[in-house]
Amino acid sequence: MNHKAIGFLAALALLGACADNNGASTGAATGSGASASGVGGAVPGSQQDLVANVGDRVFFGYDQSTLSSDARATLDRQAQWLQRYPQVTIQEAGNTDERGTEEYNLALGQRRANAARDYLVAQGVSGSRIHTISYGKERPSALGSDEQAYAQNRNAITSVQ
Amino acid sequence: MNDSLGPLGRRSVLLGAGIAAVPLLARAQSAAGNTQITVDRARTAPIPIAIPSLAGTPLGAQIADVISNDLGRSGLFRPIGAAAQIGANDAGDTPNFQNWKAVGAQALVTGKVEGGGSNVRVEFRLWDVLPGQQIQGTAYTTTSTNWRRIAHIISDVIYERLLGEKGYFDTRIVYVASSGPRVKRIKRLAIMDQDSENNRFLTDGSWLVLTPRFHPTRDQIVYMSYYNNRPRVWTFDLGSGRQTVLGDFDGMTFAPRYAPDGNTIIMSVARGAGSDIVTVGTGGGRPRALTNSGAIDTSPCYSPDGSQIVFNSDRGGDQQLYIMGAGGGSARRISYGKGRYATPVWSPRGDLIAFTRLGAEGFAIGVMRPDGSGERILSESFDVEGPTFCPNGRVLMFFREAAGGAGSRLVSIDITGFNERVVPTPTDASAPAWSPLLA
Repeated sequence: MNHKAIGFLAALALLGACADNNGASTGAATGSGASASGVGGAVPGSQQDLVANVGDRVFFGYDQSTLSSDARATLDRQAQWLQRYPQVTIQEAGNTDERGTEEYNLALGQRRANAARDYLVAQGVSGSRIHTISYGKERPSALGSDEQAYAQNRNAITSVQ
Repeated sequence: MNDSLGPLGRRSVLLGAGIAAVPLLARAQSAAGNTQITVDRARTAPIPIAIPSLAGTPLGAQIADVISNDLGRSGLFRPIGAAAQIGANDAGDTPNFQNWKAVGAQALVTGKVEGGGSNVRVEFRLWDVLPGQQIQGTAYTTTSTNWRRIAHIISDVIYERLLGEKGYFDTRIVYVASSGPRVKRIKRLAIMDQDSENNRFLTDGSWLVLTPRFHPTRDQIVYMSYYNNRPRVWTFDLGSGRQTVLGDFDGMTFAPRYAPDGNTIIMSVARGAGSDIVTVGTGGGRPRALTNSGAIDTSPCYSPDGSQIVFNSDRGGDQQLYIMGAGGGSARRISYGKGRYATPVWSPRGDLIAFTRLGAEGFAIGVMRPDGSGERILSESFDVEGPTFCPNGRVLMFFREAAGGAGSRLVSIDITGFNERVVPTPTDASAPAWSPLLA
């Protein structure tokens, strides 16, 4: 199963009661579900390891870039994982849902990427290991035009470089 | 190219790109202004104008078709075309005005095309049917490959002589062409004539490209590219095809436009918790920050006289429109309607600012006066955004996306809200920018 599918399904399971137009609480973190054991064969310190065992993305409320407690929990795990694999560098990509204009959403995506990066740095990860980028509304993870898809797309996604 | 003196000893006028124009007078010449109808009146009563094929090579019919299409699509003219062809079309003949009156024409276009290859001569005359007088006559000399530009130039002459304002037909549109499935969208810069002809792609889709704009006088475009995963502002020289990154910025640069004098590029630079609006010389150099609010400041647009800038900012809590002087400094908010406001563009006439409004029910394209009053919504949809003005400020183009990213189209609309039309493109299209007049 590819990492996109894992993230999507896991987040879907958690989003049920939280999906909300302006809800600041929609910071539902994706995760590997309850299990901390790796999906068979994921190389430690790899992208697959990050997605399967740590969680590669955090979510935001509409027009927001503040981190919810769920988001911080995911980023805490990412920070610990990054401490364990000091050679790993990452990209933090910020995204938005489609209900905004192109240019403003580029800036909003950057805010989200920065928020995730700044939190990781505050947890002790060196900033030089983190490259940020914004895709605005150009790279939606979830198709569809419903609240579930929108909530999926308001995110900051960590990926191994 | 024909450099000769015209019939009355007048030097030919060069219209750029190797087009020479020479006036053709007639015995009975109508004074300027005799047949002018205002744009406002023409909206309710489109001018019936007969545009039969010009005499001569196949180009005669093609040129007449392009003119007819231009004027008809504006909604201000009602072309009576080849089906009503009556009498000879030789530009030297005086038309049989009775026949044209009988089919209801108020204006008439006649002409002829001679020559071919590198030397084509297009004569056209515009007639006022009721008094039976010539309003204008011009002979253009150029290469045959320029025939579409001649047609658009003639459309602009007709528009200007009959409506008293400059036209907008000899222009181009630069936009983003997108294709492929939504999870793997390919976006390319594309450029075409405003009537959707001569479409060509400028980039190959290897890197995401966004938000192109034209230089006010040079054959150049400024845009944003994700080349090498570094989203930055670039310039594209249309003549040479050369693309050059603008400056050496640490952070993302985006939302670029040219200042009216063409010497400066204004854009946003991601900084801190938001983005600042900066200007930089078109050749590079040290950037100058115009805003420093800590908020997202973006989508700047100069007033036509270059003295003010309208822009988009969330410094007050959500996306709204603000105006500041061209040197930066204090900004005042101008948008106070229901919703958030974005993508402001200042009309070349200076009288209106067009915008995208976002609300709970969806998006809308609208206009307001620069003081924020007189807000009018022109088009509403799930996702419409990114208006651009044609050079005379009478028509807006924007793009409309179906829900879920299922296709996007360019749309044009008169600023009074009438004559909304899809603008054909070979692929899905977004982010249009209208060029200045080419001549």
